[in-house]
Amino acid sequence: MLIALLADIHSNLEAFRACLDDAERHGAARLVLLGDLVGYGADPLAVTRLAMERVAGGAIAILGNHDAAAIGRPHRMNPEAEAAILWTRTALDAEARGFLATLPLEREEEDRLYVHADASRPEAWRYITDAEEARRSMEAVPHRLTFAGHVHVPQLYGLTATEKITRFRPVSGVPVPLLRPRRWCAVMGAVGQPRDGDPAACYGLYDTDRSQLAWMRVPYDVATTAGKIRAAGLPERLAARLFRGA
Amino acid sequence: MARPRLTEGAVYDGFTIGPLLHRGGMAMLHEVTHPDHPGPLLMKVPLLFEGEDPAAIVSFEMEQMIMPRLYGPHVPRFIAAGDFSEQPFIVMERIPGTSLLPRIATLPLPAEEVAAIASRIATALEAIHRQHVVHLDVKPSNILLRESGEAVLIDFGLSHHLQLPDLMEEEFRLPYGTAPYMAPEQVMGVRDNPRSDLFALGALMYFFATGTRPFGDPLTLQDLKRRIWLDPAPPRALNPAVPPWLQETILRCLEVDPARRHPSAAQLAFDLRNPDHVAMTPRAAKLKRDGWRQRLRRRFDPDARPVFRRRTALPGAAPMAPILVVALDIGAPAPVLEAAMRATTSRLLATLPAARVACVNVQRHHWVASDSALDGSGRNRHVQRLVALRHWAAPLGLPEGRVTFHVLEAADPAAALLDYATANAVDHIILGARPASFRKRLLGGISSEVVAQAPCSVTVVRPRAGN
Repeated sequence: MLIALLADIHSNLEAFRACLDDAERHGAARLVLLGDLVGYGADPLAVTRLAMERVAGGAIAILGNHDAAAIGRPHRMNPEAEAAILWTRTALDAEARGFLATLPLEREEEDRLYVHADASRPEAWRYITDAEEARRSMEAVPHRLTFAGHVHVPQLYGLTATEKITRFRPVSGVPVPLLRPRRWCAVMGAVGQPRDGDPAACYGLYDTDRSQLAWMRVPYDVATTAGKIRAAGLPERLAARLFRGA
Repeated sequence: MARPRLTEGAVYDGFTIGPLLHRGGMAMLHEVTHPDHPGPLLMKVPLLFEGEDPAAIVSFEMEQMIMPRLYGPHVPRFIAAGDFSEQPFIVMERIPGTSLLPRIATLPLPAEEVAAIASRIATALEAIHRQHVVHLDVKPSNILLRESGEAVLIDFGLSHHLQLPDLMEEEFRLPYGTAPYMAPEQVMGVRDNPRSDLFALGALMYFFATGTRPFGDPLTLQDLKRRIWLDPAPPRALNPAVPPWLQETILRCLEVDPARRHPSAAQLAFDLRNPDHVAMTPRAAKLKRDGWRQRLRRRFDPDARPVFRRRTALPGAAPMAPILVVALDIGAPAPVLEAAMRATTSRLLATLPAARVACVNVQRHHWVASDSALDGSGRNRHVQRLVALRHWAAPLGLPEGRVTFHVLEAADPAAALLDYATANAVDHIILGARPASFRKRLLGGISSEVVAQAPCSVTVVRPRAGN
């Protein structure tokens, strides 16, 4: 079975739809949303409604820090993110807020754990940006595979039987075997706000039969998304960075 | 879970286990058969014992990742694999015959034979390099020759895939490889440079041409590192029958700095197949090792010590050291077209600093007038054409070694050009479009035939009308 893993959609409806279409074309049978449906972008309501539709159809959705902030569970954020969250609160309706409030911090499925940030304390929203942070996350949970987001840059960490940790920057579209008995922590790139220099939306495709994960890149209509961000009066940088993927 | 026993006659995962063919340090090889896969197959099973060198497991994992991704005649066809959750194994095509290992008993080999074997190996290396794999264990026992002539590379347990995690690199501090053949940068832990395989092939050529290993068979890391500052005795000092061009080629492969070796395996294969076109440097004439001053400097002077870096090129990018062919119709003067072709070539070269250009003129073979090689003024027409080719290329300002000149004779110019491009792993052909004319009708549109059938990119240069 192919599982599509979408993290950090950030109210970017065009990128969200492009990834869903691409995953469908590849035959993905399952959808996992790894958190941060909202924040930064100008389509929080449409994105949340689309996610609700998918969850009603069997998809899994996890809570992200921006989702939590949007429903009034504040934590420290940079000023741009903060400004976007204040605006997002006004854009969501009661139903959407109610949906976000039901999202869990993590979900497990067979040998897989889905979580937005570091799994050792999901509610602390710590980033996994290096091997030691990945080790902390992996050692705190029993699962063979952890799928996370939050960082907006694709990365793969592996933990060997001898407790050595490996780090790898995946190449777009090239499936990486997640060999047993190693344990792996895969950080998805962002659907709605990539930060690795490639403006294309990023999502993961995991093949459960072959235990292979590929980071996919999907071009989308950045100009439309950026136009909406500007029209909403959100900080200009949130629009401009989408063109650069930075 | 108890591991199933893979004994002769047993059936595992549809494969009938045949006789044990080989038991090495890291794995066992069984012959196996499968009703769905005709032909003899090989099952490789890692040896796993308590306290076993973890390298056996990791290298098996690497091979399991890499083998299913490789294709073509230069690797064994991958059939199936089983992972460590039950019984780890890899099943692949069994290549008939033996490796190059038994040849060691017959060394030294004549230069032509060394070049013939090495050019096939270089072609095989080019094939895997283009599939993003650096072999990192090129040695006689890992090379087989198919009956059809192609070299086949086996054992990808120490290999590096430029698009996959390198489990060996992350796991071990000491370099893994085979001591007599390991490139200096590999000794120092760099595993992502395809030119490391050219070094190993250079060591193999040296061994095959002289009967002596260039760096012996060092057993300690300290001794392994000697190759960074101690150059081997030139092959001609050991075997005077080694021609200068072969010594040039071998010593270029054995350069300590990877950047000084051939830019690609295809370019090395090109030299091995075209000995007359090897650009000679002082390497070709050397009869002694470098002097002690130079050696001491390389060993102790931090400024002279080589620094080995990982490659930063984007994995999956097109080859940075392509072979370009410019097909020039020197016979009929067409200055505007020739200038346009030079401009196109020059623009391509500007973005490809390691590219190499072969200027080719195809002469139509006239079966009847076989004594016409000398023209009226008595000059050899072949030489004249070479002079004309050099003249065309001179404004490009390419150093010797980056440009070669060839006159091919053939009854069918398009076919000759296509054969040339295939045999030499050419990446790009630049052709001129002739205006519709009597001549074009006569030649039947060479460019359209080349465009349709070329194994690579083709640029057809056509000057704007009125220029």
